Amino acid sequence: MRRACFKFSWIAAALLAPQLLIIFVFFYWPSAQALYWAFTLEQPWGGGNTWVGLENFRKVLSDPYYWSSVRVSVIYALATTVLAMSMALTLAVFVDRQLAGYRAYRVAIIWPYAVAAPAVGLAFQFVFNPGAGIFSYINAVAPGWWDLSRYPWQAVTAIVIAGAWKQVAYSFIFFLAALQSIPRSLTEAAAMDGARPLRRVLDLQLPLLTPTFFFLLVINITDSFTDSFGIVDTLTGGGPFRATDLMVYRIYADGFRGFDYSGAAAQSIILMLLVMALTFVQFRYVERRVHYT
Amino acid sequence: MIERTPVLNLATHAILVFGLVLILVPIWLAFVAATLTLQEVNSAPVEVWPGDQLLVNLREAWAQSAFGQKFVNTLIVATGVVLGKITLACITAFALVFFNFRGRMVIFWMIFITLMLPLEVRIVPTYAVAANALMPFQAILDATGLSWLITTLSGIEVALEWNLLNSYTGLILPLVATATGTFLYRQFFLTIPDELVEAARMDGAGPLRFLWDVLIPLSKTNIAALATIMFVYAWNQYLWPLLVITDRANYGMVVVQLSDLVPDQLTTGGGTPTWQLAMAATLVVMLPPILIVILMQRWFVRGLINTDK
Repeated sequence: MRRACFKFSWIAAALLAPQLLIIFVFFYWPSAQALYWAFTLEQPWGGGNTWVGLENFRKVLSDPYYWSSVRVSVIYALATTVLAMSMALTLAVFVDRQLAGYRAYRVAIIWPYAVAAPAVGLAFQFVFNPGAGIFSYINAVAPGWWDLSRYPWQAVTAIVIAGAWKQVAYSFIFFLAALQSIPRSLTEAAAMDGARPLRRVLDLQLPLLTPTFFFLLVINITDSFTDSFGIVDTLTGGGPFRATDLMVYRIYADGFRGFDYSGAAAQSIILMLLVMALTFVQFRYVERRVHYT
Repeated sequence: MIERTPVLNLATHAILVFGLVLILVPIWLAFVAATLTLQEVNSAPVEVWPGDQLLVNLREAWAQSAFGQKFVNTLIVATGVVLGKITLACITAFALVFFNFRGRMVIFWMIFITLMLPLEVRIVPTYAVAANALMPFQAILDATGLSWLITTLSGIEVALEWNLLNSYTGLILPLVATATGTFLYRQFFLTIPDELVEAARMDGAGPLRFLWDVLIPLSKTNIAALATIMFVYAWNQYLWPLLVITDRANYGMVVVQLSDLVPDQLTTGGGTPTWQLAMAATLVVMLPPILIVILMQRWFVRGLINTDK
C-alpha cells in the first residue's frame, strides 16, 4: 500500500458517505428485499408477508413455462455470443492489418454500440416485418412463409440476430485493442521466420487473444441475460406463444403485470445467482489476463 | 505492414466491406423507411433507395411523440447521471486510495460487489425502494424499536417518506448506484507517484486541496472517458424509466417513447402500420449517442476498455 497517505479524518468519511449511502439504499436494500420476498408470500395490496420457505422456488421451478423461458434465454445467450464474437473477431483481425481507410472502418463498426436496445428492436422489427421488410421478397414467392408473430423459431431467430448486431461493436473494440497491444517486434520476428499473414494470425495473434476471448465470452453471456429486455419488448413482446419470453422479460411481466412479487423475486434470485456465478468465472479469467500480459 | 500482399489486401477490403454492409443494412432500411410515404413503406417488396418524405416524417413523428419535452428530460437525466457518477466515483476512489484507515478493504469490496448485479436483475425490489427511498431507514427504525421510542417520548409518529416515482431524482439515483466509474478512478489514482503526494503535503496542501488542484487536473482524460460512457448508458436506459415514470408527458424519456411506436394491433387499431413514422422516431432517438460516440471516439474506447464495462 501507499507510503504517503493522509490520516483518516472526517474528510474521508464525508467523501465516502454519499456513495455508501446510495449503494445501501439502491443496491443492498433491494437485493436483501428480493431475498426476503423470495422466501415469503406477499399480498400485493398489503397485509403483510407470510414465511413460505422454498415454496416460491418450488412453484417457479415446477412451472414448465419457466423452463421454456430458461431454455430460450440460454439459446439466445449462446447464439448471440457466438454470432457477435465470431463477427467481431473476424472484423478486428482484418481492421488490425491497418490498410488504407482503417480508421473509417473502425468508426463504422464501433457506432452501433451507441444504439439503444429498443431502437435496435424496433428497427429489426421493420426489417423482419413480413409485409414491408426484407422478407416481403420471400413472402412474395411463398405467401405466409415468414411471419414473426406466428412462428416461434422465426421470432427467436429475429431476436438473436438483433441481439448479435448490437453486441458486435463491444467485442470488436476489445479484440482490436488486444490485437494492437501485441508488440510489433513479435509480429516482425514471425515474419522474418517466414510466417505469412495467415500463419501469423493462427499461430501468433489468436493464441495471444485467448484471455480477451474468455473475458468477452463471459461478458457477452451476462449482457445477453440483462440487456435483452429492450430488444424483446419492442421486437416480439415475448411472443408468439411466449416463445421469446427471456428471463428478465419474464421477471418484469410477472412482477409488474401479474403483481406476483414473490414469484418475480424468486426468479430474480435465480438470475442473480446465475449472473454472480458467471461474474465469478470472469474475475478468475480477468486475473489470468493480467498475468498473461 | 511488413510484406507486400496485394491479393490479401484486396480480400481484406472485400471482407471488411461485406461486414460493414451487414452492420449497415438494418439501419439503412430503417432510414429509407423514414423517407417514404405510408403507401410506399407498406408496399412489398421493400424499397432500398430513399424517397423525399424524410422531413415530413420527422416533423410528424416529432409532433406525434411530443419529443420536445422528452429530449429535454433525457438530456437532464443523462447530464445528471454523468455529473453524479463522475463526482461520486472521483471522491470515493480518492478516499479509498489516499486515506489510511481500518476497514478500507471492506468498504472497497462492498462497493466492488455492486458491479455484479445489474439493475435489470434486481428490478422489482429497486422499484419498491424508489416508491419510498427512505423505506430502508424506516424499516431499521421500526426493527430496532427506535421509532416506538420516539413516538412514546415525543408523541410524533415516525413515518419517513420520499417518493421518487415520476421525478428526475428517481431516474438518476439508481443509475448512479454502481461502481463502474469508481474503479476507473481507483486504477488511475494508484498510478499517481507517492512523491507527488509528499510534495503536495510538504507545500502545506490538505487532502481536499490536493484533490482539487492536483488530481482533478491530471484526470481530465478519465473524466472525458467516463462522461462519454455514462452519457450513452443513461441515454439508452429503457426498463428503469419505463417503470418509474408513469407521467410520460412531463418526465418521459425519448427511448421509452419507442415502446409506444411499435406498429402492432394495439397502436394502429388494425389500420395500416405507420412504419415511416416509427422509423423516423427511431432515427431521432438514436442519433445523439451515436454522435457522441463518433466525436469522442478516442476517450470512449479508452474508457470502455479501462472500466471493463
